Amino acid sequence: MLQEVVYCGICSYPPEYCEFSGKLKRCKVWLSENDTELYAKLYGNEIDEEVANAANKLGSSSIGEAREEKLEKDLLRLQAKQENREQRELAKKLSSKVVIKREARTKRKFIVAISGLEVFEIDMKKLAKTFASKFATGCSVSKNAEKKDEIVIQGDVLEEVEKYIHSLLEEKGLKNVKLEIIDSQKKKKKPTDEANSNNNNNNNNK
Amino acid sequence: MFKKFSKEDIHSRSKVKSSIQRTLKSKLVSQYPQLEEVIDELIPKKSQIELIKCEDKIQLYTVDGEVYFFQKFDELIPSLKFVHKFPQAYPTIQVDRGAIKFVLSGANIMCPGLTSVGGKLPDAPGFEKDSFVIINAENKENALAIGKLMMSTEEIKSINKGHGVEMIHHLGDPLWDFNLD
Ligand SMILES: [Zn+2]
Repeated sequence: MLQEVVYCGICSYPPEYCEFSGKLKRCKVWLSENDTELYAKLYGNEIDEEVANAANKLGSSSIGEAREEKLEKDLLRLQAKQENREQRELAKKLSSKVVIKREARTKRKFIVAISGLEVFEIDMKKLAKTFASKFATGCSVSKNAEKKDEIVIQGDVLEEVEKYIHSLLEEKGLKNVKLEIIDSQKKKKKPTDEANSNNNNNNNNK
Repeated sequence: MFKKFSKEDIHSRSKVKSSIQRTLKSKLVSQYPQLEEVIDELIPKKSQIELIKCEDKIQLYTVDGEVYFFQKFDELIPSLKFVHKFPQAYPTIQVDRGAIKFVLSGANIMCPGLTSVGGKLPDAPGFEKDSFVIINAENKENALAIGKLMMSTEEIKSINKGHGVEMIHHLGDPLWDFNLD
């Protein structure tokens, strides 16, 4: 009276739904070994080559082996997932930019502020210390108007900072990250320097 | 209904007394009269029903660790594995082949998937809104889901757009995989 439904040992569905499980190949192997009658009904009498091969590969297909295969598949999936995430993160890094800004404090004193480093997993506090000793000046991390961390260096060290950040990013394989230089008040320089410097801001009148 | 269900949603487990067990069985039969001839085969007298109370007022009834039916309000709803043993006892509708993958992903069923050539709905008067139905699929023998009608089957035919059936339980959902032991 009661019906006894066979459930697939791989995907757990009634085998007629295996085609929707995303594991069809392995489901077919399982069914060919566990219920030839149902296999014939669903897929015809011919056991196709692929399935036969897979069955051979699995040997007698103990549960352990099937599980191992599943494990391996899961691992691969996990790996792909992680790679995807890493790629997304890299894309995010590459599409963000670091801003180095020079501002005049007084007529002759400047500060240089660096923002946009947070996505690159750079320890800002450490970097501030490095700058402080490198340039023998005051350097600190503070929040800017957008509430983002910003390294502020006392002193006119724009070019040096730019170079340093460049090499830092290059080290991390992120050479293509945009560096935006904002020079709110360009220092008066000798015209010769001017021609060579590639800063993008308003060129001074000679 | 069981999309996010897990063992953490279990509040308590208890053995059902044999008197209550009899009440449950007769309630099933009153809901699905055709079960009468097989109810003692489905749930033998000596079997022990366990009641598992869960989050969201869902109650599962299991035999040997496998869910046989469940309940949120008054009505007892069979699990798919229970349905598979004696499918002819339940009101049934059918989706076309194209709808299968959506059903298996837990989506509600859209009317056109039931009214197309591959779909099947009962002749008038059909089933009422809010009743539970078993869902079969084109060219398949076994049910793949259980749903609750969001409109009557006659309305599904005449309106023929939007969601017609709310997904309750389907192959591969956490209830399907649920096993206590
Ligand atoms: Zn399968």
